[in-house]
Amino acid sequence: MSPLFDGVFKRDMAIAFRQKSELVQPIMFLLMVVTLFPLGVGPSPDTLQRIGPGVIWIAAILSSLMGMERLFRDDFQDGSLEQVMLSPVPLWQVVAVKVLGHWLVSFIPLLLLSPLLAVFLNLTFGMYQALIVTLILGTPLLSFVGAIAVGLTVGLQRGGLLLALLLIPVFIPLLIFATSAVDSAALQLPYQPQIAIIGAMLLLSVAASPFAIAYALRVSQN
Amino acid sequence: MSLVASELTCIKRDRVLFERLSMSLEPGQLVYLRGPNGAGKTSLLRILTGLAAPDAGTVYFQGAPVSNDIAAYHKALIYLGHKPALNSTLSAMENLRFWLAQQYLTFDPKAAYQALEKLGLVGLEDIPVRLLSAGQQRRAALARLWLKPASVWLLDEPFTALDTQGIALLETLFAHHVADGGMLLTTSHQPLSKRAGPVTNMDLEYRL
Repeated sequence: MSPLFDGVFKRDMAIAFRQKSELVQPIMFLLMVVTLFPLGVGPSPDTLQRIGPGVIWIAAILSSLMGMERLFRDDFQDGSLEQVMLSPVPLWQVVAVKVLGHWLVSFIPLLLLSPLLAVFLNLTFGMYQALIVTLILGTPLLSFVGAIAVGLTVGLQRGGLLLALLLIPVFIPLLIFATSAVDSAALQLPYQPQIAIIGAMLLLSVAASPFAIAYALRVSQN
Repeated sequence: MSLVASELTCIKRDRVLFERLSMSLEPGQLVYLRGPNGAGKTSLLRILTGLAAPDAGTVYFQGAPVSNDIAAYHKALIYLGHKPALNSTLSAMENLRFWLAQQYLTFDPKAAYQALEKLGLVGLEDIPVRLLSAGQQRRAALARLWLKPASVWLLDEPFTALDTQGIALLETLFAHHVADGGMLLTTSHQPLSKRAGPVTNMDLEYRL
């Protein structure tokens, strides 16, 4: 028996697919936000192409905030988190697996949907290539960094809005580099530097955040 | 082979719940922790499990501070708190299966089924926990006591929502555990009956 795969990963997947509405709602929200922009700023193809990458990224960040709380809220409230902390498995490994599972169920649908969004916003193929690379590298970063804030706010009643206020400023660098990469691609300039910086941020967050999340959860338990 | 707490102090919101509290739990001993609401029973239990840190003092398991090898201590421990620790969308059986996997234990469906049968949950093992009554949820949470071989049991109000038959079942289980050399610390607002065997009482006072 592998405690991380059988005890944590399979459990989280089983719960996620029982609560399908919680999975579908953030993605529907994202789709609607993206659809609002052509209605709001006018459907001129040039305008849409210029604002497109930013719109997709902002919508992705906002929709990720909606589903983020799900990561630890239920486990904290029903006491499952206590039992996980009392298991012989190190907590940082458990949270790393939970964050990975959360990324799979909340962002893989976004990645699958991204070609459609690119068509909506009149992105060129070169821009879409850059966008998908920034999404693949950037969305795990959203999950890992976001989980730290979820760990800190999980003990509060109605921590939802506070979570957004804590996290949106933290995601600004990611937004800047991701949209700048797609802008460079639009001008047919190399965009590897921006990708490299996002990759570096991702590696740092993957290495450090499981420990920060575990610590935040312990503080919330106290 | 014992659980010893030495000079524990716990302060919550500027109120001292207990100060320099020392206690020990020996194999074959059932300690019944009593005290009014707010006396710090749950806080003491959470400190003993390692979930919360005391403001001063140390908890020793088998002679060494528990923080030295927390995984080994947690292998020998079952803690059941106020919250049932059951996910409401999963069934009782699934909850037990995932919990056992997290404890590095193999899930034996037959053993799990027998435990649920003893607890009167036959026919309810496959429906989501949220559809069970409060007492049935408590019973599903208690099934862990049959499934994990652990020497230390720390139970916080295990009788909540149980009917008389459930209480009798649990008290008999306590007696077996203690007779087998297990250690048990439990809180409750109702006195334990003779079925539970010899009991050591321990009182916490409400301090202002």
